[in-house]
Amino acid sequence: MSLSLAPGASARATSSATAATERTRRPIVTGTSVLAIKYAGGVMMTADTLCSYGTMAKYKDARRLQSINPKTLIGGGGEYSDFQAITELLKRNALEDKCTADSLYDEDSSEECAREVWNYLRAVMYNRRNKMNPLWNDVIVAGFSARGEPFLGFVDKIGTTYEDNIVATGFGSYLALPILREKYREDMTEGEARALLEDCMRVLFYRDCRALNKIQIAKVTKEDGVLISEPYEIETDWSSASFVAPKGALDGDGGW
Amino acid sequence: MNPFAPAQIQNPNYYSTAFQYDGKSAETRNLKPGEVSTGTTIMAIPFANGVVLGADSRVSTGTYVANRVSDKVAQLHDHIWCCRSGSAADTQALTDYVRHYLSQLAIETGRVPTVKCAAHLMRRLCYENKDNLMAGVIVGGWDPVEKGSVYNIPLGGTCLKMPFAIGGSGSTYIYGLVDAEFREGMGEEEAKSLVKKAISHAMARDGSSGGIIRTVVVKETGNEREYIPGNELPYGP
Repeated sequence: MSLSLAPGASARATSSATAATERTRRPIVTGTSVLAIKYAGGVMMTADTLCSYGTMAKYKDARRLQSINPKTLIGGGGEYSDFQAITELLKRNALEDKCTADSLYDEDSSEECAREVWNYLRAVMYNRRNKMNPLWNDVIVAGFSARGEPFLGFVDKIGTTYEDNIVATGFGSYLALPILREKYREDMTEGEARALLEDCMRVLFYRDCRALNKIQIAKVTKEDGVLISEPYEIETDWSSASFVAPKGALDGDGGW
Repeated sequence: MNPFAPAQIQNPNYYSTAFQYDGKSAETRNLKPGEVSTGTTIMAIPFANGVVLGADSRVSTGTYVANRVSDKVAQLHDHIWCCRSGSAADTQALTDYVRHYLSQLAIETGRVPTVKCAAHLMRRLCYENKDNLMAGVIVGGWDPVEKGSVYNIPLGGTCLKMPFAIGGSGSTYIYGLVDAEFREGMGEEEAKSLVKKAISHAMARDGSSGGIIRTVVVKETGNEREYIPGNELPYGP
C-alpha cells in the first residue's frame, strides 16, 4: 500500500469491491453539540472545547468554532479531522477570493457571505454523501447574508440544509433547542443571548456524557466581524439537598 | 429460581467473540434496549481500622446522563459496603440479594458477618449467573477478624482480596496514578484524599464518569458519608 499526500486521497473513490464497504468510516475523534442563535446585533454561536476519543475525554482544548472571513463563522460537531478539512477548504477559498479580487480596496464584494459559504458547503457534503464517503460532521454556518441580514444555516453529513433563527447540532438539538425556543426573542441583547447560550451549555454539561464545562462563545456583527472568545469555564450547581441525601443505606430503597 | 444453582451454559456460541461492527459503542453493546449502565469509577482502600470507599455519580444510557447524582456506594450490612459498576439494574438486584442473605446469616450465626463472607456471597451470585449479568463490584468494610479489608469482584465472578481496588470504566485512566501514589499502611486521611484525587482524575478523562464524588469511611465506630460537589473536586473536570 502506498501513502499519498495528494489532496482528497481519502476522498477518492476506489473501484475495488472490498473498498466499497469500507468507505463509510466511523468517527474516531468527535466533538459534540454546537448551538447558535440570532440576536439584535448579529449572530452568536457556542461550543465546548472537548474532542472525545470514544468514551475518553482526550483533547480538552479543541477549537470547534472557526472564522472563515469577516462575515462568516462556522462551528462543527462530529469527526474532528473532517471538520479541520472543511475549515481548511473554506479558508483556502476565502484566501483565493481575496487574492483574485477585482479590486484590492473593495473587500466586501470579494468576500463570500455566509449564505454563499453555506450553500457551497451543502454541495461539498452532498457530493461526498453520493460517493458513500461522507465528511462526518454537522456544521453550523453563521454570519451575514449579501443583503446584510443576519444569517444562520445548518448543514449535516448527508447534505441536508436548513436555515432558522435558532440552530443546534448533536445533543443540543434534543436538550437545548426546546430551551432556546422558549426563551428566544428577535430583539435579544448580546448579554441576554450569551446568558441563554451559557444556560444551555450548562444543561448539556450535566446531561451529555461527551460534553465539557469549558466553552467558547463567538459572535458575528457588522461592525466587528467575527469575534471568538478564549475558552472559559462555566459554573455548575450540585448543591440541591436531594442530591446530597444518599439512598444507599440499609433503611433506604437502595435505589440508584 | 435458585440464584446459587450452578451455571448452565445454554448458548454454545457464547465463546465466539468475532468483532461485529453494529454501530453500537462498546459500553452499550451488551445492554438491552433501554437498559441503564453505571459506566463508572469506583475505588476502595483499606486502612488500619477500616476502609474508605468512593465512587463518582454518573449513570448513563448511551451518551445521555440518566442520573448525574446517583449513589453507587451501597450498604450491605452495618459495617459492610459495596461499590457498584456495570449495569445499574444488575448491581441493584445483586445488592438486594446479598443484603438479604447477609442479614439472615447474621441472625443465624449470632455474629457480625465478615467482609470475606459478604464478598464471597457476592461472588457466588456473580459467578453462577455470569451469562446474565454485567456487574463489577468492590466489597469493603470492617469486621472484628480482619479489621479493614477490600475485595474486588470484576465481571465473570472472580473474587480477590486486594490492598486497594479500583473498578469501572474510569479506572483504566488512573492505574498509573494509583500505582504511583498508593502505599501499604496508609492512614485514614491519606487514604481518603487519594480516593478523592484518583476519582477526580478518572472523572476528568472518562466520558462515562462524572458528577460528584461520594465517599464512605467505614470503621468499628460507624460509617461516615461525605459528598464532594462537582465544582469542588480536587482536580477539575
